[in-house]
Amino acid sequence: MWELRDVGVSPCSAADKEKVAEATTAPLDGLPIQTLSLFLCVCVCFTRASPQLVGVVGLEIHAQIYASTKLFSSSQVCFSSPPNSSVSFFDAALPGTLPVLNRRCVEAAVMTGLALGCTINKRSLFDRKHYFYADLPAGYQITQQRLPIAVGGRLSYSHLVGRKRNQVVDKNVRIKQIQLEQDSGKSLHDSYRSQTLIDLNRAGVGLMELVLEPDMSCGEEAAAAVRELQLILQALGTCQGNMSEGQLRVDANVSVHRPGEPLGVRTEVKNINSARFLARAIVPQLSPLTRLAIVFSQECFFTDYELQRQMAVVEGGGTVLNETRAFDFKSGQTVPMRDKEGLQDYRFMPEPNLPPLILYERETVPAHTDPRQVVLVDQLQEQLPELPRVTRDRLVTTYGILPEHSFTLVNEDGLVDYFVGVVQQTRAEPKKVIGWVLNDLLGLLKQQCLTVSQSPVSPNALAELLDLLEAGSISSPAAKLVLQELWKGSGKSAKQIVEEQGLGLMRDRSEIQQVCRRVIDSHPDEVSALRAGNKNVLNKLIGQVRKQTKGRADPQLVRAILEEELSRPPFHGETT
Amino acid sequence: MVSPGQRQRHLDLGTGGGRGCEGASSGAVCLCLCRCPRPCGGGRVSPTELCTRCLEQVKRTGFLNAFVTVTEEQALRQASEAERRFLEGRSLTASPLTHRDRSPPPGKPRGPLDGIPFSVKDNFCTENIETTCASHMLKGYFPPYTATVVQKLLDQGAVLIGKTNLDEFAMGAGSTDGVFGPVRNPWSYSAQYRERPGVDPRSDWVITGGSSGGSAAAVASLGSFLALGSDSGGSTRNPGALCGLVALKPTYGLLSRHGLIPLVNSMDVPGILVRSADDAATALGVLRGLDVRDSTTIPPPAAPPHLPDDIDIARIRVGIPKEYHAPGLSAETLCQWGRVADLLERGGASVEQVSLPHTQHSIVCYHVLCTAEVASNMARFDGLQYGHRSEVNDSTEALYAATCHEGFNDVVRRRILAGNYFLLKRNYERYFMKAQKVRRLIAQDFARVFRDGVDVLLTPTTLGDAVRYCDFIQEDNRTRSAQEDVFTQPVNMAGLPAVTVPTALSSRGLPISLQLIGRASHDWQLLGVAKWLEQRLEFPAIQLPQDVSQAEREAGVPGRVRTSVL
Repeated sequence: MWELRDVGVSPCSAADKEKVAEATTAPLDGLPIQTLSLFLCVCVCFTRASPQLVGVVGLEIHAQIYASTKLFSSSQVCFSSPPNSSVSFFDAALPGTLPVLNRRCVEAAVMTGLALGCTINKRSLFDRKHYFYADLPAGYQITQQRLPIAVGGRLSYSHLVGRKRNQVVDKNVRIKQIQLEQDSGKSLHDSYRSQTLIDLNRAGVGLMELVLEPDMSCGEEAAAAVRELQLILQALGTCQGNMSEGQLRVDANVSVHRPGEPLGVRTEVKNINSARFLARAIVPQLSPLTRLAIVFSQECFFTDYELQRQMAVVEGGGTVLNETRAFDFKSGQTVPMRDKEGLQDYRFMPEPNLPPLILYERETVPAHTDPRQVVLVDQLQEQLPELPRVTRDRLVTTYGILPEHSFTLVNEDGLVDYFVGVVQQTRAEPKKVIGWVLNDLLGLLKQQCLTVSQSPVSPNALAELLDLLEAGSISSPAAKLVLQELWKGSGKSAKQIVEEQGLGLMRDRSEIQQVCRRVIDSHPDEVSALRAGNKNVLNKLIGQVRKQTKGRADPQLVRAILEEELSRPPFHGETT
Repeated sequence: MVSPGQRQRHLDLGTGGGRGCEGASSGAVCLCLCRCPRPCGGGRVSPTELCTRCLEQVKRTGFLNAFVTVTEEQALRQASEAERRFLEGRSLTASPLTHRDRSPPPGKPRGPLDGIPFSVKDNFCTENIETTCASHMLKGYFPPYTATVVQKLLDQGAVLIGKTNLDEFAMGAGSTDGVFGPVRNPWSYSAQYRERPGVDPRSDWVITGGSSGGSAAAVASLGSFLALGSDSGGSTRNPGALCGLVALKPTYGLLSRHGLIPLVNSMDVPGILVRSADDAATALGVLRGLDVRDSTTIPPPAAPPHLPDDIDIARIRVGIPKEYHAPGLSAETLCQWGRVADLLERGGASVEQVSLPHTQHSIVCYHVLCTAEVASNMARFDGLQYGHRSEVNDSTEALYAATCHEGFNDVVRRRILAGNYFLLKRNYERYFMKAQKVRRLIAQDFARVFRDGVDVLLTPTTLGDAVRYCDFIQEDNRTRSAQEDVFTQPVNMAGLPAVTVPTALSSRGLPISLQLIGRASHDWQLLGVAKWLEQRLEFPAIQLPQDVSQAEREAGVPGRVRTSVL
């Protein structure tokens, strides 16, 4: 049966995590969910290959707690500081040093637990987990094996299905527990000189290990669950969720079984984050968007590979072994890890230097307790921010936008605020605003790999532009030209740009009529074709008019005038 | 506010009710009450003189092998600073001093321990002073920080004489199993022991007990007024008892463990080795307190600045746990036990027999819990960051294995192996969990007795007086630890305070001591009873020979005293 495995930082994976963190540079925040979904389609197809067997996927996620200091010491947490520059005596496991729990890390774990509907254990314990590895200076990791800080929650996530990726499917995955634990240091293997260098900057940084029950059936679901978790952690501010800096690391437990039968033997697929290696290796030729998609779909990619492998084994009458597998980039397969870490006995023991971690509520705090020494669960509950799911629902109900659009808004850091900012300042309907924000603005941002906060066009400026459009002062194509101008960041307002470049809508019907006539006159072949019954040619003429008016003419009006002009007898022009 | 009279009492350190004077038959050393430095003038011995005398005594008794490192230069520097404070303080007598005065301006004596020479067991970290744990593993290790308790003494102006010898990583009960060799009990060279018929001084020297044997020997041989030991299963009380000292194992958490290289984290406490209960109270007052660097420290209870001289024990209920009448208990110790119980009863205390039924299982559980934590704590000595590193570097694993093999002695390695065995997944419930459960039962035994109204328990500290080294090493460390810790480790299992008090000399002329166990955080009450006993027992002071170098020659060992490179 399924049980909590002794995972976490194991010798082999620790080294790999290293390389990953060193090697990857791709920015991950703000992957458009559509892109992700498109990519995931492929995966869905091949998990459905075997109807009798279904996949079962559980996840173990290590989330680095966003805190200024480490879990048990006061050294700074900083991703890019020089090697071994942020190491206290405790981090280096100097004899006689003792752990002192970081209150901020406790609060982060409690908030995360509350946001995921967990039961917060008012009393939790710390344990030592022993293994020898050079980047684990004490020879053990302090974790919460017996009695973790939070248990029994639920992560609700949604993913988009259907040909157009516009059907939202809601899913749940149970959360077994959240435990506080220390991160390991980093080993850098120099095979040339055959030596290993140790950087302890990361040693002792606070992690939340989240154990997700095997409620997912394929990599796509796993990827969607991880993405939702990432959004929640970011909304809470308990983890920055930047996978390229190793702030979020994922291990998957994968098995196959026939429905109604007991779960199959599972394998653990480690090394998933190293998929970024893959990303890195093949990415330079690809567009940034594709690169992001590949990086993000790593869980999906690995998990589904492993599901397929197991299904083939079971259907071939073979037996799936309980083992730890890693992804081999060269062969594109999961392979058993050479290390015998599956057999490792971690010799868990209570951490004797830390008393039980006791949490309180306002009512239960003992008198005369130093307020700096207590963490109040009810107080943290009240401080929880709006979670992504609620934000999406609010966007849909308040602004009447499509659910899939709410996903895109929420997925992009800062985009919800941007959208709401525009809506509040413009007379344009939210339904119109959303198109401009998601298609035009986001498109430009992605093209140039910018975040929302880096946008040269403020919500204010976009709102003004949309007001001009709404008031009929400019046409939609002209508005796009104005946006391009705004994007250059000249500091001019939309109105100024319209005036300076003469982009205002042509209100004079006769003026448009003249342009239409010129176009008809200069395109005799098209006019003949039209008259011969090829109605499609009209669009070409409309395009010509738009070009000559710089899009300032209302396309509907242009169409009407053209039709009117063309409906007159032929050679009309010659007779005049 | 402290009155001048009180202040004077603070300085009673090292007096032992006047024992120091009588015992100073050695012309070279006279460390006694009347000569202690005093902040208000009138002191007859200056801090520098006191320090010099202690250093001389340490050198003279080097053959005891009590010290691993003597910090002579630093000690003299500290002493001269203390002296300057005393000299300047004479013209500043108006401002009172308190314990809280952590860093008073120079020019004022800092408190009762200012200028007092002390020693520290070599498993407390001392910044830039080698800290070895008497292990090859940490030879040449100079910690970058100082243990909280040591720092507190330094902040008070106390003068660090040196680091004392021990069993490797404090694993032992004899101070015989360190890389620097065994510590000799100063009483081996006392007139009381040597002047008995049939004693051969070359071969009949006795052990100090352990593992804080060096600290005990340093205080007993008058090389220090105070020494810090550590006590995980009796390591302070056992050598304290065999060396005729007052040795306090405080309540768990009352003193910070930060900087104490751990043996059994859940039982370790810094221990205090002194020559009187008053001195113990003074040191405890300075050392206690919450430490932000040690999450297991507890808020200290309100405590008097010193013990009263006229202690009333009429309302004290003394329990005699019948289970401590253990096999192997010497007739003389049993006799002392009865004598002291009678003494207390005559003094008005009510003395009753009590039962601590789980005591018999304690030593086995202690062994399991101790080795498990040892296995865990020793995992960090992999030779990568500090300490010994083997030349074998075929692979990381080979490096680890060779480093541990070369760095640790058999005792440490055996405990690591045993502990890892107990912690294996398949064994955890059978051994570790069960031992923890029994540990709780042992703690509950004590709790019940104290809840029933008993204030202190009176027990033997050791089975008998100190044994000869040549006899001691007939048994292995494991057997000896099981024998020697039998009366002391249950207290560690329960986290209670306990103090050992010397009661008399045995027929061999060696100290016999008894142990008082108190309620958690009632350390001062315990010391009060200890002082009451001390006042009535008239335990004799050690009589070291006039010419200690004669003893050295007879000992046939060159003194092993190293001077710090500072």
